[in-house]
Amino acid sequence: MGGFLLYSGYMIVRRPGSPLHILKQLRFIGTKSLFVIVLTAAFTGMVLGLQGYYTLAKFGSEGMLGTVVALSLIRELGPVLAALMVTGRAGSAITAEIGIMRISEQIDALETMALDPFKYLVTPKLIAAMIALPLLCAIFDVVGIYGGWLVGVKLLGVNPGAYFYEMEKAVVWRDVYSGFVKSYSFGIIIAWIGCYKGYFAGHGAEGVSRATTESVVMTSVLVLVWDYFLTSVLL
Amino acid sequence: MIRLSNVHKSFDSQHVLNDLNLEIPAGQITAIIGPSGEGKSVLLKHMIGLTKPDSGRIEVDGENILNIRRSQLNRIREKFGMLFQNAALFDSMSVFENVAFPLREKTTLSKHEIEQRVRSALEHVGLKNVNGKYPDEISGGMKKRVGLARALLLDPKIILFDEPTTGLDPIIKRAIHKLIKDSHAKFGFTAVIVSHEIPEIFDIAQNVAMLYQGKILQIGSSDEMRTSTHPVVKQFISGSLDGPIQLV
Repeated sequence: MGGFLLYSGYMIVRRPGSPLHILKQLRFIGTKSLFVIVLTAAFTGMVLGLQGYYTLAKFGSEGMLGTVVALSLIRELGPVLAALMVTGRAGSAITAEIGIMRISEQIDALETMALDPFKYLVTPKLIAAMIALPLLCAIFDVVGIYGGWLVGVKLLGVNPGAYFYEMEKAVVWRDVYSGFVKSYSFGIIIAWIGCYKGYFAGHGAEGVSRATTESVVMTSVLVLVWDYFLTSVLL
Repeated sequence: MIRLSNVHKSFDSQHVLNDLNLEIPAGQITAIIGPSGEGKSVLLKHMIGLTKPDSGRIEVDGENILNIRRSQLNRIREKFGMLFQNAALFDSMSVFENVAFPLREKTTLSKHEIEQRVRSALEHVGLKNVNGKYPDEISGGMKKRVGLARALLLDPKIILFDEPTTGLDPIIKRAIHKLIKDSHAKFGFTAVIVSHEIPEIFDIAQNVAMLYQGKILQIGSSDEMRTSTHPVVKQFISGSLDGPIQLV
């Protein structure tokens, strides 16, 4: 698996694939994930607003709600939940697509034409995921913050000025940077494992189905484990 | 010329190729026949480096194709075209895009020139009005012909055919055999055909090799093989149930 990632990195530098292939993948991994990202972000922010409000109210600190919502989203929930959503939607599809190409000899056909399958199947997906994940994460954070605002300010009566003012005071560039680094690396993990599992899918429909399941499970676990390590380094 | 020397290949405990030796002469059509599951497709994939042997040597025009850099292997692969058993068309591309793909990726031809060459290649294999269709919208015979058009397009020196007519009706079968024969007469490529089409294959191939139990049991001209007295070859060609080849 390590060799697969190293070769993918080498190919990104040497032959990254045509911009058209990358744009196509960017649309698939990024644009088409927007709906699910906005939806989950809105409800994540709303539930954070609800939970946060009642917890902070015990200490008379409702004004800190914006800080709690924003820091939770920017540091942790935004990158992790966005990555898990993209894993479920695009990571599984990447594995299934490449897996089907493997079992129907389409990858062999590319090789017989003296074309490197990585250039067409792997590097465009990796590049697209590295671009799409930080952007999706940023959208997740913004939508989530407004979800928290909707519940905290509009429904529960938190002062709107305090919500944003406290948030602005508490969130520093390092928080945003750590969220960006996380989502960027999660993008690599999603495309890497998705492509790897598809590329080496077993025989027949069962092989592709198993590869797809393994891809989603392994990516989800690795995202959470990697998140812990990154947090401990970036905190 | 393709030369395989002392090639061994196993999948888990199954020994598929067992000290196999074979020479494919340049510019001729060589057919590989043999019972199902004997490793004929595996043998074909060894010739183009898609499958690596456990041991042995494989040469294409005197160049070793094993344990070399990918760029060197790709340079050798540029001599090849291949028609896969199920055509292996790219299912997310239309027929036109499938045939145009190698031209777009490997040449600097203009859009207009590519369009002309694709149209002429499709007409050569007897296909019209299918340009915009996707592989799952055309029949098996049409898929094979699209695969053949794609394989022929870059004028390869060597073409490998993996069961080009399996599962097709007799008329389409004959049409594809005629296409292979005519294309060979026109372009003079080296062809290796894995086939079960007996006796038709004897009319197309100049040489026939019989693969049995991981080895080339016999190789000779079509006439020599047709009249072979070797009990295994004889039974296989006649399709008799009695003889050394056991069904299970």
